[in-house]
Amino acid sequence: MTSRREFIKISGATVGAATVGSGFVNKFWGLDRDAVEDPNTDGDKVVPTFCELCFWKCGVLAHVRNGRVTKIVGNPDHPLSRGHLCPRGTGGMGLLYDPDRLKKPLLRRSNKRGGQDFEEVSWAKALDFTAEKLMKIKRDCGPDKVALFSHGYGGSFFKHLLFAYGSGNVTAPSYGQCRGPREVGFNLTFGSSLGSPEVLDIENSRVLTLIGSHLGENMHNTQVQDFARAIAKGAEVVVVDPRFSTAAGKARHWLPIKPGTDLALLLAWMHVIVKEELYDAAYLEKYATGLPELRKHLEDKTPEWAFTETTIPPEKIVETARFIAGARPASLVHPGRHTTWYGDDTQRSRAIAILNALLGSWGRRGGIFIPASMPVPKYPCPDYAAPPKTAQDHPDGTVYPFADEVLSHGVCDATVPGKIMTSGCPIKGWIVYGTNLIQALPQRQQVIEAAQHLDLMVAIDVLPAEITGYADVVLPEATYLERWDDAGPTPWREPFLAIRQPVVDPLYESKPGWWIAKELANRMELGAYFPWDDAGKMVEARLRKGGYDFDLLKAKGVIRGKRVPVTTEDGLELTFATPSKKIELYSKRMAEAGASPMPEYTRHPQPADGQFRLLFGRTPTHTFGRTTNNRFLSEVTNENEVWLSAKVARERGLSNGDRVVLVNQDGVRSEPVRLKATQRIRHDCVFVVHGYGHSSPGLKFAKGRGMDDSRLVTKIAVDPLAGSTGMSVNFVTVERA
Amino acid sequence: MNTTLLESVTTRANHLIDPGLAIWGWQITVYLFLGGMVAGILSLSALLELRHGKPSSPIFRTAPFVALGILSLGMGALFLDLEYPFHVWRFYTRFQLASPMSWGSWILVAVYPAAFVFGLGSLDDSGRSFVRSWVPKNLEGLYDRVEKHAIERRREILTGVFFIGLGLGVYTGLLLGTMAARLQWNSALLGPLFLVSGLSTGAAFLLLTGLHEEERKRIVRWDVNAIGTELVLILLMLIGFGYGTESARFAASNFLGGPYTPVFWSLVVVLGLVVPLLMEAVEAKRHLPFTLVTPALVLVGGLALRAILLAAGQDSAFRLIP
Amino acid sequence: MSASKKRYAMTVDTRTCVGCKACVLACKSENDVPDGFCRDWIVEEVRGEFPDLSAEIRSERCNHCSDAPCVSVCPTGASNIAEGGVVLVTHGKCTGCKACIAGCPYDARYVHPKGYVDKCTFCLHRVQKGLQPACVGVCPTGTLTLGDRNDPASAVSQILRKRKSKVNHPESGADPNVFFLV
Ligand SMILES: Nc1nc2c(c(=O)[nH]1)N[C@H]1C(S)=C(S)[C@@H](COP(=O)(O)OP(=O)(O)OC[C@H]3O[C@@H](n4cnc5c(=O)[nH]c(N)nc54)[C@H](O)[C@@H]3O)O[C@H]1N2
Ligand SMILES: Nc1nc2c(c(=O)[nH]1)N[C@H]1C(S)=C(S)[C@@H](COP(=O)(O)OP(=O)(O)OC[C@H]3O[C@@H](n4cnc5c(=O)[nH]c(N)nc54)[C@H](O)[C@@H]3O)O[C@H]1N2
Ligand code: SF4
Ligand code: SF4
Ligand code: SF4
Ligand code: SF4
Ligand code: SF4
Ligand SMILES: [Mo]
Repeated sequence: MTSRREFIKISGATVGAATVGSGFVNKFWGLDRDAVEDPNTDGDKVVPTFCELCFWKCGVLAHVRNGRVTKIVGNPDHPLSRGHLCPRGTGGMGLLYDPDRLKKPLLRRSNKRGGQDFEEVSWAKALDFTAEKLMKIKRDCGPDKVALFSHGYGGSFFKHLLFAYGSGNVTAPSYGQCRGPREVGFNLTFGSSLGSPEVLDIENSRVLTLIGSHLGENMHNTQVQDFARAIAKGAEVVVVDPRFSTAAGKARHWLPIKPGTDLALLLAWMHVIVKEELYDAAYLEKYATGLPELRKHLEDKTPEWAFTETTIPPEKIVETARFIAGARPASLVHPGRHTTWYGDDTQRSRAIAILNALLGSWGRRGGIFIPASMPVPKYPCPDYAAPPKTAQDHPDGTVYPFADEVLSHGVCDATVPGKIMTSGCPIKGWIVYGTNLIQALPQRQQVIEAAQHLDLMVAIDVLPAEITGYADVVLPEATYLERWDDAGPTPWREPFLAIRQPVVDPLYESKPGWWIAKELANRMELGAYFPWDDAGKMVEARLRKGGYDFDLLKAKGVIRGKRVPVTTEDGLELTFATPSKKIELYSKRMAEAGASPMPEYTRHPQPADGQFRLLFGRTPTHTFGRTTNNRFLSEVTNENEVWLSAKVARERGLSNGDRVVLVNQDGVRSEPVRLKATQRIRHDCVFVVHGYGHSSPGLKFAKGRGMDDSRLVTKIAVDPLAGSTGMSVNFVTVERA
Repeated sequence: MNTTLLESVTTRANHLIDPGLAIWGWQITVYLFLGGMVAGILSLSALLELRHGKPSSPIFRTAPFVALGILSLGMGALFLDLEYPFHVWRFYTRFQLASPMSWGSWILVAVYPAAFVFGLGSLDDSGRSFVRSWVPKNLEGLYDRVEKHAIERRREILTGVFFIGLGLGVYTGLLLGTMAARLQWNSALLGPLFLVSGLSTGAAFLLLTGLHEEERKRIVRWDVNAIGTELVLILLMLIGFGYGTESARFAASNFLGGPYTPVFWSLVVVLGLVVPLLMEAVEAKRHLPFTLVTPALVLVGGLALRAILLAAGQDSAFRLIP
Repeated sequence: MSASKKRYAMTVDTRTCVGCKACVLACKSENDVPDGFCRDWIVEEVRGEFPDLSAEIRSERCNHCSDAPCVSVCPTGASNIAEGGVVLVTHGKCTGCKACIAGCPYDARYVHPKGYVDKCTFCLHRVQKGLQPACVGVCPTGTLTLGDRNDPASAVSQILRKRKSKVNHPESGADPNVFFLV
């Protein structure tokens, strides 16, 4: 007989064996309950920073697992992301782990620019070479013969370097090819521009009018969030666009306007609003000047007149004017962002500004808010030795009275001897930071011609973009996930401060921009301007000096200040930094500059039969050409297509999916590209997403995918006020590829 | 507003799923075809013996083994189709009542021993001692017991094989027929159709081997009935689709004007059914010499039926209904 | 079924969705979906003729059907119904026979390069931890909501009461649980 103890031991062993056995059986025979499988992409470390896939600066949380960034999600504490991201921000790993990244400093081998013919060199050699060349230009021609093209948050260190060096020629295509005319138009009207991120209270708008602005394709995160929130709250949308955009699909009214005639529509809308006295009289009375002049100016701008220009029926113009005015002041006419269209863009932006003034939307809830921010004290540093030189930025030698930034194409012109620099030394050196001038600037041949005259082009980039092929030295920067950048406030609806900090160590031999700028400064006896060893320490010092909790910032990525009034509804008193201290419906400054003081419609050439106006825009998953090599993002959109009216396509025997080539008025041919024959566009234009059709051999994924619209922008219409380049003035024919 | 004109774009582009489903190719066609044929061979030869006593044509002595060989080829094709072949044993850790695939995999295990025992009983003594010579020493006892039963319980075995064969045949059709998601397969007639077609291809296979006159005539007679039934089933299926829901009508359109119309009518209906039916009828009536053309056509038709239904089914998803 | 049992469902607001595909990409990184495949996708439908057009944009994925044919046709039990009615595939049990793919009326499944069949899981691994699915979390327009349809207080239940909704191909008989708000 077995004792009780033994029995327990034996049965215990039996149970144990059975457990092991059944575990085995279950495991291999699948009799176990099905587990919920975890993909294990949560980070063992989560680092907050902010995004640089575009320029909106959304706060992100980067998940790092075993040293690799597995995913990037929105930072819920960050006011620009509020926990959500646009698709591009979600795909930052695709840039970090892009196999085509610039890995080592490169030095040009041959004399010819453009060939991507480089040898890999050490940082010391690349920096010595660059510093020597820069010093030589300074010695021979003066410091103002060097220009910096800079787009992106990390450019601040190079601006600082350039000012210290003694030049004020800082420029970016985000002005003269993008926001320029809008900023000028709003500045002239309200004494303040809109900046980036735009200070628009879309979330609270009751009617939102979009002139082109293709929100939803144009994927600036917060703006699209606000757009959707407004729609969810029942806001109505009016879309003026020759194309049935995503936003048009959400709109109460879609006006498929003839491209280039928006100013006529805007004037007619104002005609109706003024004639029917639908404007905010009290607001204008209090804040604006020039209503009588405007009233007179608008007299003949009737809906019937506008119809002949825009093809929008007069009744529709009247109906939409009343509709828009009916929701004021929470009726926002979106100022647009990429506004360099037809050369009279400042005047069109002025019209939009004045219309917003009539609606009383500036400084109002649901309109345009007056942003708040949290200041960050400067790091102690010597003053710039000589005041920055004036910009040599006048394309064709013309002076643009209201251009308040240096114009990139002006710098190009000032680089070609004799073009506008008829005496003295032309610009000799370009520092190109984070902008792919080849795709970003119009008239590519002229950009390349300018580049060929340089003594030095240094390109600081993360990818072998086209522009790097023209550089003498290419410096590989660490991506936004691998570096510190300087800290600074972002003016917004509520005050906040965010930091960019490294998530992982730089891959390959790439280096953060601050380090590159500092090393160059050291080599040019400008080391005193970089009196810190490490940008992280510098940022920390600045923030601590400002009284901010740096440790909290590091942990959370963002700190938010107390809300302050940003609209009159919150209790804000409006002031205007115009000469009259009022909203200037009539602009004396413009009259003095010889321009029409109130927007005047000009008729632009229209394409001949068989020709189409070339329009371009965005796709939500890409930022220009900077992400088209991002394999992760390209999963869903790896090439662009040319939108053409289905009816026109049918007439020409073309069908959806055919491969076609666009040929512009100067005979320039596009890469072959897929046709999208669609009901969603007018008969007189074609549309294509900008940023495809890369030609750089280094961009192994993107090269040859889709077409490059900017190659076809050989013609421009320069805005006489802002000096910006209207680029939607090229006409193409469509051929079968 | 005009809501008829539609532009639809999807970002999905999953391999084998888009632009159209392409998960099952020749492997499954071959598997279904051979499976159906084996069903036919087993059921018919069992039935023949049940009704008329042991057949005399030489093929019947080895037919069950031949069937097993063919079935193994079919299973080989099925195995090739598996995306995760190392998990093939997972089929046998479960019986899933609602899954024809599960029924099928278990029927297949039943077919092997059944056909083997059937075959043992069909062999003559020399054949059986040949088989025994392959049996390992320690299993000889077991083998002898099996052999004894194989001979003594012949009727029960024949009946069992007959029904297992029918099961196999029906299963090849049900596998597709239960997939309501594929509009083309969404028909209760697919099971019977595949069964009858399987019987017919099984018959055709037997006919190809050269049978004694009497047995050939019997099989041809059955085959004529099978083909006739098949034609009726196809007709009923199309009528069913045509008078059904929107999705069913879409399915019918595939064979009535749609992309599969020419191959379906020419290969399956005319070449594989009508012509052999007429030829068999004429041969029987006029006492013309039998040729191998008829069974060959039936086989081609049977293969085509499966290939076309397999493809058309994958080409008939809900997403395609405008 | 008792009322206390969970029944996860998702709503997709076609009025706010802009078709940006952030949901697709977030799903890919969260779930390590291999290159070239997706568990969710965008369908953009435009009806009418210029200039009378209307558009609907839908973010689609597995419907976690209440009467899921993919589960019933699966011979190995790899396709199974987990907590809250969520339909999952246990990779280790899958033979890659693809019966479930043929059986799914919504073409929501795909063959993972490793051989098993894969699809949307409603991010149950996150939901169990009280988190939102990756696609729901990323969506800048707040288009997506996941919740328990059997809990009248849940966000999806409230939305479904308030808004008009539809499912894809109700005639499939699978009884889908992804609802498109119109
Ligand atoms: N996903 C994504 N989002 C982005 C960017 C990106 O690269 N990718 N870039 C960001 C930047 S820097 C900018 S500047 C913005 C640009 O984005 P937006 O400011 O929205 O640019 P637009 O030029 O207004 O947008 C082009 C739209 O205008 C329409 N359009 C063209 N010509 C005309 C016309 O004559 N009249 C009217 N009414 N409409 C016209 C086109 O059909 C198209 O729908 O996008 C920002 N957001
Ligand atoms: N034809 C045509 N031309 C256009 C437009 C258009 O729609 N059509 N749009 C215009 C508009 S709105 C704008 S704003 C401009 C924009 O023009 P750009 O500012 O030139 O923008 P991208 O083309 O994105 O070029 C960005 C470059 O920065 C690099 N880069 C990315 N991240 C980093 C980083 O962290 N560090 C460094 N050093 N480099 C980085 C990328 O590799 C790429 O080479 O283009 C304008 N030009
Ligand atoms: S809008 Fe998108 S790409 Fe731009 S910063 Fe925000 S998340 Fe990044
Ligand atoms: S992320 Fe949201 S808005 Fe973008 S496509 Fe997906 S559901 Fe639509
Ligand atoms: S959508 Fe398809 S995969 Fe998802 S549960 Fe329904 S049948 Fe299964
Ligand atoms: S492929 Fe896998 S999950 Fe699908 S039915 Fe076959 S075994 Fe089941
Ligand atoms: S719920 Fe999860 S698995 Fe399903 S589509 Fe969304 S992110 Fe992907
Ligand atoms: Mo821009």
